[in-house]
Amino acid sequence: MERRDFIKAGLVACAAGLVPLTGCAGGEAPGAAQDAAQGASGKRWALVVDEQKLNRAGVLDRIIEACHKAHNVPAVEGDKTAVKWIWPEDFEHAFPDIASTYVSEGVEEMAFPMLCNHCEEPPCVRVCPTKATFKRPDGIVSMDYHRCIGCRFCMGACPYGARSLNFDDPRLHLAEINPAYPTRVRGVVEKCMLCSERIDKGLAPLCAEMSQGAILFGDLNDPESDVRRALAKSFSIRRRVELGTGPSVYYIVEGGEQRA
Amino acid sequence: MARRKLTLIFIGVFCLIMVVPFILGAGKAQSAPKLDLDTPEIAALDVKECIEPVEYMRSSHMTLLDQWRNDVVREGKTAYVSSTGQVYEMSLDDTCLSCHSNPDQFCESCHAYSNVDLYCWECHGLTDDGVVGEG
Amino acid sequence: MLEKALHGSKLYWGWVAFLLVVIGVGILAYANQIQNGLVVTGMSRDVSWGLYIAQFAFFVGVAASGVMVAIPYYLHDYKEFGKIVIFGEFLAVAAVLMAMLFVLVDLGQPTRIMNVILYATPHAMIFWDMVVLSSYLVVNILIGWAALGAERKGFPPPKWAHVLSYVAIPLAVSIHTVTAFLFCGLPGRAYWMTAILAARFLSSAFAAGPALLILLCFIMRKFTTFKASDKAIDSLAKIVCYAMILNVFFFLLEIFTSFYSGIPSHTAPLEYLFFGLDGAGNLVPFMWTAVVLAFAGIILLLVPKMRTNHRALIAALVAVFVACWIDKGLGLVLAGFVPNSFEQVVQYVPTLNEILVIAGVYGIGMLVLTVLYKVAVGVRASLEQKPRRDDGARARAGEEECALS
Repeated sequence: MERRDFIKAGLVACAAGLVPLTGCAGGEAPGAAQDAAQGASGKRWALVVDEQKLNRAGVLDRIIEACHKAHNVPAVEGDKTAVKWIWPEDFEHAFPDIASTYVSEGVEEMAFPMLCNHCEEPPCVRVCPTKATFKRPDGIVSMDYHRCIGCRFCMGACPYGARSLNFDDPRLHLAEINPAYPTRVRGVVEKCMLCSERIDKGLAPLCAEMSQGAILFGDLNDPESDVRRALAKSFSIRRRVELGTGPSVYYIVEGGEQRA
Repeated sequence: MARRKLTLIFIGVFCLIMVVPFILGAGKAQSAPKLDLDTPEIAALDVKECIEPVEYMRSSHMTLLDQWRNDVVREGKTAYVSSTGQVYEMSLDDTCLSCHSNPDQFCESCHAYSNVDLYCWECHGLTDDGVVGEG
Repeated sequence: MLEKALHGSKLYWGWVAFLLVVIGVGILAYANQIQNGLVVTGMSRDVSWGLYIAQFAFFVGVAASGVMVAIPYYLHDYKEFGKIVIFGEFLAVAAVLMAMLFVLVDLGQPTRIMNVILYATPHAMIFWDMVVLSSYLVVNILIGWAALGAERKGFPPPKWAHVLSYVAIPLAVSIHTVTAFLFCGLPGRAYWMTAILAARFLSSAFAAGPALLILLCFIMRKFTTFKASDKAIDSLAKIVCYAMILNVFFFLLEIFTSFYSGIPSHTAPLEYLFFGLDGAGNLVPFMWTAVVLAFAGIILLLVPKMRTNHRALIAALVAVFVACWIDKGLGLVLAGFVPNSFEQVVQYVPTLNEILVIAGVYGIGMLVLTVLYKVAVGVRASLEQKPRRDDGARARAGEEECALS
C-alpha cells in the first residue's frame, strides 16, 4: 500500500471508529424507566419572596444554613472562591439597576435572599457546551455534575452571580456530610437546583418550607396557585428583567402582607 | 554498514521495551476476584436475585447505571420497571447499595482487578459512617 | 522533512533546551493545578476567567492573522509574499495550538474535554469554536507541509493544497469571529456586549499577528539563512499600520458610545480600566501604557521614513504588539467581570502558578514555531546549495524522497 493510501485508509478507519465508540458500553437495558409523575412539563415552578414577612420572621440565616447543610454545599472561607446556593444581599446590591439614593429605610435594611432564578430563557443553558446545565420540563434549571467540564462559561453568562465553581475539593470544606445528598467534585460548577429532589417527591423547596410562609412556592402556569395569587395582589420585582432571561424568583418588597 | 548496525540496535531496543512489561509481570498473575454476596441485607432476602438477570448485570451494569443516571438527573424519572415487571427506585444509594452494602468489596475488588477506576464515591455512596471506598 | 530540525548550531540547541526547561516548569505548575484545583489560580467566583482565557483570545487572533499574508498572495497574486507565506501559516499553527492549550488548562475537569464532542451542543459557541479552531489547525498544517514538501522537490504545490489555502481564508476570519461571539453574546457583561467586538478582534489580530511575523522575519534574518525581502516587510508593515489604526478607531467608537450615552453598566468597565473604580485599578497603568504604545506605534508606522528605517520599524512593531496584547490579552477579559452582578469590584491578580502554566504554554508554542521555522528555513537552504538538476532527475529524486520519508 502506498503511504498516501495508507493515510487515507487510516482517516476512514478513525472516522468509522468514532461511531461505535459512543455506544461501547453495550446494549440497552432490558427494563425501562417509568414516566415521571413529577418533573412534568406544563409546570413552571417559581418562588415569591415576601420581603417584609421574611425579614420580620428573621429566618433567612437559618434557611441558608439548612439549605447548605442539606445539599452539602462546602463552606469555603473567603468571598473569592466561596460556594453559595442561597445567600443574603441588601437592596442596593441585589437590585443595582433600580436602587436609588433615596430608598426607604425599611427597604435599605432588608436582607434579600439571592439564589438561582431558574430563568425561562437561561443564558447558562444556552452557553453550556456539554448540556451539563439544562432546563427540565418543569422549568427548573438543573445541573448534571457528571458532565460539567468546568469551563465556567455559565458563570460568565449568568447575570445573577448565582453560580459557583468548586475551586477546591468541596469535601475539605464540609464539617459534616449529609448522606442523603451527593457531594460534588473539584472543578465543577454548582448552584441552587430549587430542591428538585424534594419537588420530585412532591415536597416544596426547603427554603419555602422553612420560611414560615414568607417564601411561597408554586406553579406560575396555574392561576390558582399560591404564587399567582400573591403576585396578583401585590407589586413585585424581579432581578434584571431587562435582560430577557425571565427570572422565576419574585420579590414583594412592601405592602405585600397587608393586602395578601 | 553503519546504517545496518543502527537498524539492528533499534530493533533490539524496541524488542526490549516491548518485553519489559511481560518480564516485570511474570509470576504475578492475579486470581480472579471473588464477589462477596454475603451481606446481612441479602441474607434477609427471601428470593436472592438482582433487579435483572445476573448475566446481564455482570456484563452491562455500567450501561444500566448510566441510563439511570441520565433518567434521574436529566429526566426527573425515578422508577425503573425491570424485565420481570418489578418496579425499583433508580438509585445507586437506595437500591443497589441497600443490598450490596459492601461496595468496598463488591464493587472495588472487580474494578481493581480490571483496572477500571471507580469514581462514583467521589460524590455518592455516603453513609452515616463516612465515605465508601476510603476504607 | 522534520530531520531538518535535528541539525543546528549551539545557539539553536541552547534555545531549544531553554524552551524545554520552560515547558517542564509549566508542566510541573499545571500538575500542581491538577492536583489542587483552580484554587491555585487567582480566579474567583466574580472574575471567573483570567489570564488563561485572555491569552486564548489573543492567540486566536495571532493565528487568524495568517490570512494577512495569504490573501495578498493567493487572492491577489502578490508575489512578494511568496517566500513568507509559509511562515505565516506556521505561525498560525503554533498560535492555534497555544489557543487550544489555553482553553485546556483553564478547564476545571480537563479529562472530560471530549464531552464537548460526545454531547455536541450546537447552541453553545464553544462547540463552534472548537470546530473552526481544529479545522484551521489541520488546514494550516496540511497547506504548510504540502507547500514546503513541493518546494523541496521543485514541484508546484499540489492542487488540493491550493484549494485548501482558499478554504483557510474564511476559516481564519471565522475563528476570530466565533471567539468574539463567545464573549459578546453574554447578557449582563456590558463590556463585551458590543456588536463591534468581532471587528475589534479581527483588526487587533491583523495588527498584532503580522507585527509578530515581521519581528520573526528580522530574527530569522539575523540568525538564519532566510532573508525576507525589504519589500515584503514594508508591505506587511503597512498592513500592521492600517489594521492598528482601525483597531484604535473601533476602540474609540466604544468609548464614545459608552460615555456619551452615559449608561453606567457600559462606562463602569472602561472607568475601571483607565481610572480605577471604587479605589480598585490595578489595570490602569497597563491601559495607559497601551494607549501610549498604540499611538506611538501608529505614528512610526505611518511616516514612510520611519517605517523603512528598520530600527524604528522594530520599535513600532513591538509597541503595536504590546498594545494589542494589553488590550486583548489582559484588559478585555478581566474588565468584562468588573463590576460584578452586584455592582461590586472584585479584582483579579494572577498567581505565580498561573503565570508558570502560561509560560509553559508559551514555551510549547515557541518550540513548535522554532521547529517548523527551522524545517522551512532548512529546506530553503538546502535548495539553494544544491545545483539545479534537469526536470526528469528532479522528478525522480522527488519520488525517491517520497518513498523514503
